Amino acid sequence: MAKVFERPKALADVVTHYCPGCTHGIIHRLVAEAIDDLGILDRTVGVAPVGCAVLAYNYFECDMQEAAHGRAPAVCTGIKRARPDLIVFSYQGDGDLASIGTAEIVHAAARGENITVIFVNNGIYGMTGGQMAPTTLVGHKTTTSPYGRDPKVQGYPVRISEMLATLDGPAYIERVSVHTPQLVNKAKQAIKRAFANQIEGKGFSLVEVLSTCPTNWGMTPVEALKRVADEMVPYYPLGVFKDIDAKGEDK
Amino acid sequence: MGEKILMKGNEAIGEAAIRAGCHLFFGYPITPQNELPEYMARRLPEVGGTMVQAESEIAAINMVYGAAGAGARVMTSSSSPGISLKQEGISYIAGAELPCVIINMVRGGPGLGGIQPAQGDYWQATRGGGHGDYRLLVLAPATIQEMVDTVQDAFDLADKYRNPVMILSDGMLGQMMEPVMFRNETVTELPEKDWATTGLRNHPGRRNVVNSLYLQPDKLEEHNEHLQRKYAEMEANEVRYEEVDVEDADLVVAAYGTTARIVRSAMEAARQEGLRVGLIRPITLWPFPVEPFARAAERAKAFLSVEMSAGQMVEDVRLAVNGKKPVYFYGRTGGMVPTPEDVFAKFKEILGGEA
Repeated sequence: MAKVFERPKALADVVTHYCPGCTHGIIHRLVAEAIDDLGILDRTVGVAPVGCAVLAYNYFECDMQEAAHGRAPAVCTGIKRARPDLIVFSYQGDGDLASIGTAEIVHAAARGENITVIFVNNGIYGMTGGQMAPTTLVGHKTTTSPYGRDPKVQGYPVRISEMLATLDGPAYIERVSVHTPQLVNKAKQAIKRAFANQIEGKGFSLVEVLSTCPTNWGMTPVEALKRVADEMVPYYPLGVFKDIDAKGEDK
Repeated sequence: MGEKILMKGNEAIGEAAIRAGCHLFFGYPITPQNELPEYMARRLPEVGGTMVQAESEIAAINMVYGAAGAGARVMTSSSSPGISLKQEGISYIAGAELPCVIINMVRGGPGLGGIQPAQGDYWQATRGGGHGDYRLLVLAPATIQEMVDTVQDAFDLADKYRNPVMILSDGMLGQMMEPVMFRNETVTELPEKDWATTGLRNHPGRRNVVNSLYLQPDKLEEHNEHLQRKYAEMEANEVRYEEVDVEDADLVVAAYGTTARIVRSAMEAARQEGLRVGLIRPITLWPFPVEPFARAAERAKAFLSVEMSAGQMVEDVRLAVNGKKPVYFYGRTGGMVPTPEDVFAKFKEILGGEA
């Protein structure tokens, strides 16, 4: 009988520290499946961020490096330039990538580094206990925006995919979500493509994945998924923002 | 040894690094070290290497982290304000035990300071510089030839201890030209790094992780104790210094790098006037050469630390002399370079009527 479901080889058989209902688990799995599908586990090096995914180096079965907060794209650059034969990816949250690490992600993208970036955007600092992120939506309450994010005080949320898509360097930028099974499948295709691009030497690929944080949003997992659909997707529209392979107007 | 070539300090460092097997350089422009990244940008493509001009010193040092973690010989360079920016990365590199070479062409500070030579980064270099308990192996050459030899040794020391090595120099040595000879062979065989993240296919059955995070306090303490044992080994085996006329000296001077050369000139004048002045020139600033100072303290009458700072190394000299004899200080700051005459006057002031 054919096996229809099993743990990806690239995903370690360990209990993760992620909260119940958090979608990091799904996204980890999609990354691991992409690595398995492309048969690159033995030549992949991942770079973990500082944030909720800080322990990602325990969860993937490839070689890993743990980067300083926000610096993963620079660390990836160092690895890839030292050993272009390796497949190098970073896995970063929104505090890491969109706040403290903006210089590193912008310039890795501008240089067109041939790396893959998985950017998990849940609009909050999870690991440190629910502070406002650069991606926190206007009106959302966090421990450092206790009255709700007010643009007059805290400015506006950052749309990273749209920003990076203005650069000539990137090969591929897509925003996906994982709040429905159908979207999970779509996210898988995007992540796989971002790794395949690197294998083919196409250059910088980034997939932004909208994610939940039931714990720090103060919601049940189901409510959290609904919030992604109702509030995040309208501000962070899903879709392809840059694709050097696209034809005509999609380009 | 090959032929003698006239080279600028900054460029000689680049050539020495390439010949030591360093084919990766990550840097960011800052005066007075720009000739080094410029040299690497020109020269590295000729040997199949890569120079990346990073978006900041922070990014550059983190590129070094990634490349060193992947097993490459790698170098970065900067000058004082830029080295301050690198400190986060240097702490991570020390914590993750990655070998690399960092050049600091020190300029006047604090803050943006100036662009003329200084030695005000001594404390930063010899006390780790960033957060946490760690040490860099710090080398301070005094001539361009010694710089070249030091760069080549620095890579070996970095690999031997899996630790960052800093060459603490100054704008004077970076900018001046002197004849140098490079060691004949270019290093091609590098030591095996079975811990590096080179992909599972290069080390089947063992996953390599480069990391400095230990959430359990007992594990982190264990890691720190391991680092401390490594530093103790460096203290036991890697101390380097030069002694000049110390045996019969009434006054023993401590000076490193450019300042040691100025002190040598002042010493010649002193000898002509019958003043017995000797020099201990630390070549490793960390580990500091404690033993020659302790030995000299048994017979010399006094010590003097001459620095292009407001008095930093003088503290290590005092610790080494351990209260046995008075320790004096003479320094200039802000890019002002002491003259041999100034230093000679200080000798006379200390030795007084005894001359």
